[in-house]
Amino acid sequence: MFRNNYDNDSVTFSPQGRIFQVEYASEAVKQGSVVVGLVSKTHAVLVALKRNAEELSSYQKKVIAIDEHLGLALAGLASDARVLSNFMKQQSLSSRLTYGRAIPLSRLVNSIGDRAQTNTQHYGKRPYGVGLLVAGVDETGPHLFEFQPSGMTQEMVACAIGARSQMARTYLERNLDKFADAGREELVVHGLKALKESLAQDKELTVENCSVGVVGVRGEGMKAIEGFKLFDGQDVKQWVDMVAEGAEETAEEGMDVDS
Amino acid sequence: MAMFSQNPLMNGPNYSFSQTPSTAAAGNKEHSFYPYTDNGGSTLAISGNDFTIIAGDTRSTSGYNINTRYSPKVFKIGGTTSSQDDATLVLSVVGFAADGAALKERLDAIVKMYRYQHGKPMSVKACAQRLSTILYGKRFFPYYVTAILGGLDEEGKGAVYSYDPVGSYEREQCRAAGAAASLIMPFLDNQVNYKNQYIPGSGEGHALQEREKIPLPRNEVEDLVKDAFDSAVERHIEVGDGLQMLIITKSGIEEKYLPLKKD
Repeated sequence: MFRNNYDNDSVTFSPQGRIFQVEYASEAVKQGSVVVGLVSKTHAVLVALKRNAEELSSYQKKVIAIDEHLGLALAGLASDARVLSNFMKQQSLSSRLTYGRAIPLSRLVNSIGDRAQTNTQHYGKRPYGVGLLVAGVDETGPHLFEFQPSGMTQEMVACAIGARSQMARTYLERNLDKFADAGREELVVHGLKALKESLAQDKELTVENCSVGVVGVRGEGMKAIEGFKLFDGQDVKQWVDMVAEGAEETAEEGMDVDS
Repeated sequence: MAMFSQNPLMNGPNYSFSQTPSTAAAGNKEHSFYPYTDNGGSTLAISGNDFTIIAGDTRSTSGYNINTRYSPKVFKIGGTTSSQDDATLVLSVVGFAADGAALKERLDAIVKMYRYQHGKPMSVKACAQRLSTILYGKRFFPYYVTAILGGLDEEGKGAVYSYDPVGSYEREQCRAAGAAASLIMPFLDNQVNYKNQYIPGSGEGHALQEREKIPLPRNEVEDLVKDAFDSAVERHIEVGDGLQMLIITKSGIEEKYLPLKKD
């Protein structure tokens, strides 16, 4: 039933200094289907693999728009992500209403980090069972942040969370140097290629199971904003076709095994 | 005597409330904080068959002073970006400018939250009802404004909703509000709804046929708005400087600015 005596609630430390309930929550993130995020000098991209519970059901929403300048992708309990995304939406609107400015990503991610941490310290609460990738642009350019149920948040250049995300991370690490100067389309394709790495043997990317979110800066001095846009269904066909099996226009470079 | 007091002279600019000081028996003057001011100005909205025009002058006053010659009273509401290029609703607010700005900001945030929660833009009808509840929410410390909301209804027809300061509202063809409302409204009754106009030679007395109401084309409505404001500028000291027009059509909201007399 229980692994030990120290995992009954999230306010108890084990003798080794671990909080098991928080670790179990992290486990829920690993059960969720994979999402990938990556950043260039001008854009931030989120790519997600959607799951359907059965043939008769719809595909789970994986990418949520928060504001004009940011959005998120989730892995884990979708209902927890909804609570967090609603809170983030309110924080964004509140910043615009009170200060007349778009909320900086770091501040928003810190605030959900604080919320998640509270749940690991107060008796009777439970940690959020969801991991998030938050992508957007603010006055300091494009950003990608990772959020974990433990309350840990960190800024990333590229990141993948969820089931079998290690395969996607390996792809991202191998192609890391290409991201910074990548264009918008190139960045999305990299994201999809990373996503493809994590697919199960019998699965492939289709317009049904793919979600793409793009946000960036454009124009003179990179001051104008290319607002967060969510692509679903037929809108992702262009990119899915590019990474589809047998559509490899160039020989897989960088796929040679490191010595 | 009254010249050196802070209160307007008799027949001075009309404040919303009488601000004459109450004098105690001993002749001591009572001082108190008064939360409202009237910033003058006037607004006007007319709906057509497939468009709505909402206009307002850009003058802001305090008593006999002009605070600024350009302070918009007409605002885009909702939309998905901070530029509000894709907004479909327009709110005009006249009366106490601080309350007006606060009301507009609040409605804007609520309309944006609506889109997030419902996954669709807010209809004018829904927004009109919501604005009423916002105003009534401050029933005992009202937003001191006369609001007019405009847009296109579900059939694509022009829609204008007008409000009193505590949330009473109705949908109308046209409405003038603010300092020069009493000057403009009768003109609109006559020129938009053809009130007291009869078909020539159609009979005597009660047999007279009323002139048929036809929805006005956009260019004619624009001319009516200009004429209405030019007239108001002549006869009301709190109206002038500039005329801002927002024209709502199915292809978006167009903005026009025309100078008015600055005297």
